Amino acid sequence: MALSLETKNALRAGIAVGTATAAYGFSFGALSVAAGLSVWQTCVLSLFMFSGGSQFAVVGILASGGVSAGPAAIATSTFLGLRNGIYSLRMAPLLRGGWLTRIAAAQLTIDESTAVALNQKALHAQRVGFWATGIAVYVGWNLTTLLGALVGNLLGDVSKLGLDAVAAAAFVGLLWPRLRQLQASVVAGVAAVIATILIPLSPPGIPVLAAAVVAVIVGLTNWFHRPDAINQPDDSTDPGDVMGMHLSEGKQ
Amino acid sequence: MNLWTIVLVASLGVFAVKLVGYLVPASILATPRPTRIANLLTVAMLAALVAVQTLGAGESIVLDARIPAVVLAAGLFALRVPYILVVLVAGVVAALLRNFGLMA
Repeated sequence: MALSLETKNALRAGIAVGTATAAYGFSFGALSVAAGLSVWQTCVLSLFMFSGGSQFAVVGILASGGVSAGPAAIATSTFLGLRNGIYSLRMAPLLRGGWLTRIAAAQLTIDESTAVALNQKALHAQRVGFWATGIAVYVGWNLTTLLGALVGNLLGDVSKLGLDAVAAAAFVGLLWPRLRQLQASVVAGVAAVIATILIPLSPPGIPVLAAAVVAVIVGLTNWFHRPDAINQPDDSTDPGDVMGMHLSEGKQ
Repeated sequence: MNLWTIVLVASLGVFAVKLVGYLVPASILATPRPTRIANLLTVAMLAALVAVQTLGAGESIVLDARIPAVVLAAGLFALRVPYILVVLVAGVVAALLRNFGLMA
C-alpha cells in the first residue's frame, strides 16, 4: 500500500517523538528504584499508568513521604493526569471504533500522541500520527524504564549522591515547555511558593496537592489571561511543545 | 496501604481519566474552562513538585546542592539542551559539590 506524503510525515514524526521520549523513561526507571519501588513495580507504572508527569509524581512523593504518603501520591498523579482526559475528548471523534479500540486509544492518549495527531491536517494522517506516536512512545518508554530500573539497581548508593537533584531537574524539564504564557507562569510561581511554605507545616505530599488550588482559582476566573497573546490561547487543547518536537516553531 | 496498592490504584486512576474522554460526549467537557483548569493543574503541580524536590527533606526545608543543580538545569533547558543531558549534568553537579564538601 502506497502511503501519501502526509501519512509518511505523520509516521516519521511519531517515531521521532517516540525515540526522544525514551530518554525520559530511563531516568524514570532509575529514580523509581532509588525511591524504593521494585523493578516490577516500576515497570507496572510505565505499562499501566503510562503518563510521564504522573509517574514521576508518584515516585517523587513516595521518595519523600514513604508509604504513608500513598493517598497523596494517588491524588496527585490523578490530578496531573486530568489533562489526558481533555486530550481524549479531543481525540475521540477522530478515533471511532469498538471497545478494544477505545481502550487502546485511551491508554495511548498522552501529550505526545495528541500533539502529533493535532499537528496533521488530513484525518487519515491525524489517525496515523496518533497511533504511530502512541505505540512508539509506549514501546520505547517501557523498554527504557526497565533498563533504567536495572541500571539504577546496579548502581545503588553510588548514584544516590546526586539523584535527588536529578529528580528535581526532571520536574523542571516537564514544567518548562508549559510556561510560555503569562497565566501559566504566574500559576507556577504561586504554586511553588505555596508548596514551599507548606513543607514544614504539613505531611509529605500535601504541599503539592494544596498547590492545585491555585490552578482551580485561576482556571475559574481566567485571571492573568492575555487575549492578544501571539501564542495559542491558555485554554487550548493542544499540548504544544513536547519532547522531540517544537510545534510552536513549526507553525510559525 | 502497601506499595503495590499505591502503584495499582494510582495507575487505575490515571487510566480512568484517559478513558472518560472516549465515553462521554465532547460537548460536556470540551469547553474552555475545564480545559484551562486541567492544563493549569498540570502546571501548578509540576511547579510544586519542583519546589518540594529542590527544597524539601521530609517535613523540613533544607538548602543544599540541589539548588545550584536545579538553577543550572533550568538554564540548560532554556538553551534547549537535550533532556537526558540536562538531568545528568544536574546529578553530577550535585554529586561533585557534595563529594568535595562544598555543599550538603
